[in-house]
Amino acid sequence: MTRQLTARQRENRAGLAYLSPTLVVVVVVVILPILWTIMLAFQRIRLINLRRAGVFGDWTWANLETVLTSPGFWSSLWTTLVYTVGSTFGSIAIGLVAALALRGRFRGRTMVRASVLLPYVAPVVAVAFVWNVLLSPQFGLVNDWGVRFLDWDRPIAFLSQREYALFTVIAFETWRYFPFAFLFLLARLQAVPAELEEAARVDGAAPTQIFRHILLPQLGAVIALLSVLRFIMTFNKFDDVYLLTGGSAGTQVVSVRVYEFLTARFDIGAAAAQALVLAAGLVVLLIVYLRFLAPRVED
Amino acid sequence: MDRASVEMRVLRVLRPIVITVLAVITLFPFLYMLLLSVRPIEELLQHPGRLWLGPSEWTLRTYREVLTPTEDGGQGFLRLLTNSAIVSVAATLLTLLVSIPGAYAVARLRFFGRRQVHFLFLAVYLFPSILLAIPLFVLFTRLGLRGSLGGLTLVYIAQTVPVSIYMLRNYLTTIPASLEEAAAVDGSGRLQTLRKVVLPLAAPAVMANALYVFMIAWNEFLFALLFLVEDRADWTVSLGLAQLSGGIEVSKTVLMAGSVVLTLPILIIFFAAERLLTEGLTAGADKG
Repeated sequence: MTRQLTARQRENRAGLAYLSPTLVVVVVVVILPILWTIMLAFQRIRLINLRRAGVFGDWTWANLETVLTSPGFWSSLWTTLVYTVGSTFGSIAIGLVAALALRGRFRGRTMVRASVLLPYVAPVVAVAFVWNVLLSPQFGLVNDWGVRFLDWDRPIAFLSQREYALFTVIAFETWRYFPFAFLFLLARLQAVPAELEEAARVDGAAPTQIFRHILLPQLGAVIALLSVLRFIMTFNKFDDVYLLTGGSAGTQVVSVRVYEFLTARFDIGAAAAQALVLAAGLVVLLIVYLRFLAPRVED
Repeated sequence: MDRASVEMRVLRVLRPIVITVLAVITLFPFLYMLLLSVRPIEELLQHPGRLWLGPSEWTLRTYREVLTPTEDGGQGFLRLLTNSAIVSVAATLLTLLVSIPGAYAVARLRFFGRRQVHFLFLAVYLFPSILLAIPLFVLFTRLGLRGSLGGLTLVYIAQTVPVSIYMLRNYLTTIPASLEEAAAVDGSGRLQTLRKVVLPLAAPAVMANALYVFMIAWNEFLFALLFLVEDRADWTVSLGLAQLSGGIEVSKTVLMAGSVVLTLPILIIFFAAERLLTEGLTAGADKG
């Protein structure tokens, strides 16, 4: 029996139908895996007994206990936090400087603006290796020039020495992601009405005053958004640290640790529990941020 | 002299310096990559601080080693390039196929749950890929999808669909709805309108989106590492390069040649479509 549908009902059905492929993909490859991770975290599963284990095995707190009491867990969480805050702040700060410097006209502006984006679009594996070679104590350009021109006593092992490694990784992350911040800040800067700045200049305002009282208030919302985005992305980041240091020399962030549980110890349960702790940590930090620290953005 | 003119003077000097520094720190690593890739390894070990080498001393041996098939003693990157291209192109096409109707629905149609869709997308980015990797690793192992390019493509689609929908939606909302209404009055159905009216108008956004997805898939490393590492025949270029660095007998100059091979396609796409890409990514960002 066919029923006459109202236009509204038809629109509703069409909307759901058009969105359904997306929903299927996201549910199958993202939502279900997340739920499954939560279950894996409470089961005793290793790669060896994987084929026999059912979806609903024996529940246990053992994994969480292993993870929370294992040596290096808290320091790894702390490293992740330092790495995330440092890189987020660094990339937005440099991005802001770049946006301000490349805003006005100058010769070759198009070219410079494009090349500034290169670290962001280039493959992470390739750029990580270039940094690796550049900073190498044996044949790296940086160390050779440092010893020759800057009077360093001996080459510095930037990526394997405890005092420098975390800092170097943060510098890499800042370098790779400042273009992202730059892109968004520049777009916002260009939307600031030119008359505002012009009027301030005529009134004799200094550039820093114009920045502080005219540009910064306009950029506030974008900076807040970028902070959250970059924080989430960096907190979960795996590739960069893994490729640069492999997690050694005090740079073991949680995601690299999860990878080690998974591939070196074949302990799926512990890896899942560890990943879950990472996600939970992020959610808590975000709630704190949104609740107490985020600038109120009026719609 | 007042504060304003002092600052103006300082800035007039400072600004070119900042611009130069920015250009150098972003361009130099890529230039260094290129220069090292054509340098004989003995020469690099003797003079690590030397930057420039006359073209007469350049060598292409490194590229030959990277591109020669493994059977002939090389690293077989041509094969890996093909793998990367297959995965990236497939991921791009399928992502668009999924996200274009999705973006249209979110931009135009009122349906139950439209406002809640964003929360679903948030999950993709809020949870670390390493968290998704574990169950997918288990699942793909069971289904026998691990070690297949198809499984990897599926993951890439899920990773890129939300960004893709977001970008396309921003563009679609700028297209006047009256055009579609006119088409509807002329009697074309919704799907037909989408294909014949909306899609041609959104072509620049779709194109930017396609390139963006391609670049993400081409550059991806973690999932390729987890799913494909066992069989060399399946490796993507990123994975192959990372595995190459683990080999002791592989010299750094060969590694740089591999890096150039991996980076070049991305740079070509980027410079060919730079404006399209940057505008596509930040569409809507200037509104506040």
